[in-house]
Amino acid sequence: MTAAPLLSIRDLSVDFVTPRGRVQAVREVSLDVAPGECLAVVGESGSGKSQLFLACLGLLAARGVTRGSARYQGQELVGTATAALNAVRGTRIGMVFQDPMNALTPHLSIGRQLGEVLLDRGLASTVEAHERSLAALQGVGLGDAESRLRQYPHELSGGQRQRVAIAMALMTRPELLIADEPTTALDVTVQAQVLRVLRQARRDGLAMVLITHDLGVVAGIADRVAIMYGGRIVEIAPVRELFAAPAHPYAAALLEAVPRLSEASVGRLRSIEGQPPAPGEIVQGCAFAPRCPDVAEICRREVPSLRPAATRAVACHAPRIQPDLES
Amino acid sequence: MLGYALRRLLGVVPTFLLIVAAAFFLMRAAPGGPFDAEQTLPPEIAANLQAAYGLDQPVVAQFGRYLAGLARGDLGPSFRMKDFTVAELIGRGLPVTLTIGAAALALAVLLGVPLGMLAALRRNGWVDHAVMSVALAGIAVPGFVVAPVLALVFGIRLGWLPVAGWESGSVRHMVLPVITLALPFVAYVARLTRGSLLEVLQSGYIRTARAKGLTERVVLGRHALKPTLLPVISFLGPAAAALLTGSLVVEQVFGLPGVGRYFVQGAINRDYTLVMGMVIFYAALILLLNLAVDLLYGWLDPRIRHE
Amino acid sequence: MSDGGLWSEAGRRLRTNRAAVVAGGVLVLLVLASLLAPVASRHAIDQVDWTLSPLASPPSLANGHWFGTDSNGRDLFVRVWSGTQVSLLVAVLATLVSLAIGVAWGATAGYLGGRVDDWMMRFVDVLYALPYMFFVIILTVVFGRSLWLIFLAIGAVGWLTMARIVRGQALALRQREFVAAAITLGLPAHRIIARHIVPNVLGTVVVYATLTVPQVILFESFLSFLGLGVQEPLTSLGRLVAEGALEMETAPWQLLVPSAVLALLLLCLNFLGDGLRDALDPRAD
Repeated sequence: MTAAPLLSIRDLSVDFVTPRGRVQAVREVSLDVAPGECLAVVGESGSGKSQLFLACLGLLAARGVTRGSARYQGQELVGTATAALNAVRGTRIGMVFQDPMNALTPHLSIGRQLGEVLLDRGLASTVEAHERSLAALQGVGLGDAESRLRQYPHELSGGQRQRVAIAMALMTRPELLIADEPTTALDVTVQAQVLRVLRQARRDGLAMVLITHDLGVVAGIADRVAIMYGGRIVEIAPVRELFAAPAHPYAAALLEAVPRLSEASVGRLRSIEGQPPAPGEIVQGCAFAPRCPDVAEICRREVPSLRPAATRAVACHAPRIQPDLES
Repeated sequence: MLGYALRRLLGVVPTFLLIVAAAFFLMRAAPGGPFDAEQTLPPEIAANLQAAYGLDQPVVAQFGRYLAGLARGDLGPSFRMKDFTVAELIGRGLPVTLTIGAAALALAVLLGVPLGMLAALRRNGWVDHAVMSVALAGIAVPGFVVAPVLALVFGIRLGWLPVAGWESGSVRHMVLPVITLALPFVAYVARLTRGSLLEVLQSGYIRTARAKGLTERVVLGRHALKPTLLPVISFLGPAAAALLTGSLVVEQVFGLPGVGRYFVQGAINRDYTLVMGMVIFYAALILLLNLAVDLLYGWLDPRIRHE
Repeated sequence: MSDGGLWSEAGRRLRTNRAAVVAGGVLVLLVLASLLAPVASRHAIDQVDWTLSPLASPPSLANGHWFGTDSNGRDLFVRVWSGTQVSLLVAVLATLVSLAIGVAWGATAGYLGGRVDDWMMRFVDVLYALPYMFFVIILTVVFGRSLWLIFLAIGAVGWLTMARIVRGQALALRQREFVAAAITLGLPAHRIIARHIVPNVLGTVVVYATLTVPQVILFESFLSFLGLGVQEPLTSLGRLVAEGALEMETAPWQLLVPSAVLALLLLCLNFLGDGLRDALDPRAD
């Protein structure tokens, strides 16, 4: 990685304090996001992928405790006061969430919600804000933008709301967009529309973190992909290399589990035996060990480590292939 | 918005008619009441009743007459107070009751909402526990206990405020009654607001607002406040009804010449027509207040309007 | 019922709620006092102590009138605890009445569903919006002030909320298999409601009954305060407060003592009820 990373996460852990004790959602995660790159973060529910980025932006639920570091262009985000965070949130980092139905404030018009990011900070005049809101809506493919601005969220469908949310996040022309499962709640045709919007934004130089569990989406848009399991990153690699030759057994299993139309004989769908660890379960050694076909004795004792900041790395005692030891 | 208002208004009418019918027929069933054939009434009252109710006509016709009278605002003569009609007595007492009631409601919202929000924002801290405990006490202890005790402390012992009585336009006479009346409502509104704000702050759209980098003040004021207030507004309807009940006590204890006082006197004196007429009046008032609340709700939440 | 886990979890949560536990303890003391004091005291509730001059005397340990006497020279200690007894008795009986009506109404509405349910619950909604107090007062005007009327009228206070809650439960229960089995067996509706629906809602009903009791005490005190409730020779806390209020300039203890007992009683019931409700609510912190 030659240019300085936009977002640099080091040893980030997220715990939740519950009446039954501490629950670890994210365990010592380190990764970088380079300017202009699209990093996909893949994992099952409970793998900690959402909590990781919510923690970076200070958006965790009240009982969450963040440890470690997350720097945006050198500025530390973890533990910063809200006022300082707000200099970065919304202007330089935008975020889009999973559930479009609840993402927009019900009693404010679309136009109001789009405009306030600019108007509150004095980044634009009322007229300019209006113009830019119109352009933003058109940019995400929502027709009849003028009347849309006067509408309320409940008058829009889920897909339309998600596109508004993306437009809203891009209003200030941020450098990084974090999209948490932006297409999961949408049907296939709408998914395609939303992905088209995201691809266009990328062409304009936007860096993106795309959190998803859908490998198809990853293939279509991402440069690199990080695979998370049990709160840790288990493998991180450029997309093509991962798809061609995954190193971690979990990554390999994931890819095998994707049904392919080209297969001559349609046998049983391949799934991974067992269950991922429940959030908060104390794990000894590698979290995937109970389900791993290549498990060795050391896997149950020692947590495999991941070399931080590498373009390609794997956290495994017995990887399928050895990643190139570069940069 | 107009369509919504009309629809709500139409819904209110059957309920009201039901109440009027219930009051009318209950009155006729009362032993010792104006329609009890065994009774011998003083001639003036008998004459009043005959004129008002047309007692020689069939029941249904009488009911019709009563309804027609209602439409004119005529609630019949008082059974015990020969010189007054029910409507006149209501007219005398209403300004007092409405003033106290409105002031109490305003106090409840102006004090309760900020307290509740404070408690929610400092959740589980000492402020929260303090506010919520005091609120629970405010709800649990009844007005007729608080009123005399306050009168004793501030009126008699400290002499700061008048113990009882009413002077038109005098704020000093309003202080104790309004505080007594408002106390449980301040408490209730505070608890309601706290719960509501806590819930609203968990919403997805609040997270979105924060992710947009809006200041906490804007997030609370512009995005969280209106949804938080919705349950409080809904509460205002039943609150108005409860306020009327509370005013019965407050007017008794502080000697205020309001509608509630006439009502209680009427109940003690068994002034049937007065009591019935007032119940109908109260019911109408409450239905209208509930309607107003519904309309306010529709204004606050665009989703309801578009139904 | 297989909710053994639910109840023990609730019990644990309740025990950690210090306010509720303290309230429960004080409540037990109050109930004991109300039961024992009138029996143990050597004064009767309407016995005048002619040795006192003036008749109304402040609390003193010396003359044996621990709470003082009222303006007629009657011992306030025994009167206050008798009044508490009456208030509690009315509360329990009236709560049972409201339970009976509410459970019957709600279970029937929820089980039958459809149009019947609609009308039955709309009736509840209408009544809910109107101040019940006024109807009860009318009833006392029309039918006189007998104690039985008071039980019935006050009992009719809490049934609305009970009906709503039971109806919700009944609606859910209707979908369960054992109800379908009962229907298939050809059991008539009233049997099903009585034998299958009602026993299964009892748990929730008990909790809300606890919350109804302070409401009912409040209601009865309110009526008694206005002079429309309990009549002589019986007395209740509401009446005592009203009598005390009349004398508050010259004999403040007559107001303060019954007020304090009533306030304490209601506070404890509310804290305890609140605690119970929080303990059973899975969403609590």
